Amino acid sequence: MTGEHGHDHSHDHGDWPYPHPKQPDLEDGPLTHHMAMTEALAELLIDKQIFSADEFRRQLELMDSKSPAEGARMVARAWINPDFKIRMLENVNAAANEMGIDAGGIPIRAVENTPDVHNVIVCTLCSCYPRMLIGLPPDWYKSRAYRSRVVRDPRAVLAEFGTAIPDDVEVRVHDSTADLRYMVLPQRPEGTEAMDEEALSALVTRDSMIGVTDLKTD
Amino acid sequence: MRRHHDMGGQAAGPVDLTEHDHSAWEKRVDAIMRLVGDDTRKLMSVDELRRGIEELGPGAYDELNYYERWIASITNILIEKGVISIDELGRRMEDVKTRWQAQSEETS
Repeated sequence: MTGEHGHDHSHDHGDWPYPHPKQPDLEDGPLTHHMAMTEALAELLIDKQIFSADEFRRQLELMDSKSPAEGARMVARAWINPDFKIRMLENVNAAANEMGIDAGGIPIRAVENTPDVHNVIVCTLCSCYPRMLIGLPPDWYKSRAYRSRVVRDPRAVLAEFGTAIPDDVEVRVHDSTADLRYMVLPQRPEGTEAMDEEALSALVTRDSMIGVTDLKTD
Repeated sequence: MRRHHDMGGQAAGPVDLTEHDHSAWEKRVDAIMRLVGDDTRKLMSVDELRRGIEELGPGAYDELNYYERWIASITNILIEKGVISIDELGRRMEDVKTRWQAQSEETS
């Protein structure tokens, strides 16, 4: 046994998982019923040529490559370039494409925070989320507490994230669906006038694009 | 009548802000769903995924974790559509368990 992963990665597994299955990874702990179901289903679908082992691997790599950095690049561009912002508010997927970012086929709508309006996103029915721009959702986004309460009492939920919304600012909650997702275009923090696009994008957090936090430079 | 998953506006406790990194098998569930639902295959939609999760019932909804609900729903729907059979799934799951056991013994 070598390395930190608990098993030897030194030989090439080739087109995992078949005919040389090695999964699930031992570091996932005991093989649960649902883990076995996942592996069995993946193998059956590959055997039946519904998808190939290679397509499966590439899909895993694609989602691993998705992070809040892509959404953050778009936000920074929108802050710097008013024309881009207009295009992004009209059509996020097309604006992403313009920057070489694949936002996927499901429409995403950007909702802009202003001094008068604070936006926050949720999916009350399940967990729809702009994953192609900001990666997989955090656990709390999928939780009963967040989904139940943020539509009824968003200010209290935001306070749990340390975000205080003044009474004179309107809070808008956007409930995502399988066919339309949202992302928040946060307000550009004060004191960032001299920063370039790359430096600005580094300021933009995942949570600010969900709308549970504001951006600050302190 | 409001169904179990339809929880918007209900009372609930504070939001638990603890996060975990997705494990390898969770990412595989996600990848399977994306592939069977993509424009090439169109074997099942996200709406069907949710319908399958809702049909697991209130008990399963609360006892299973997120990706356990997903794989249970995907599997049920692909069986329903005749893409796989319940028998071959059961046999393959036994194979997976046997191989995993052998591998654990080999590396422990």
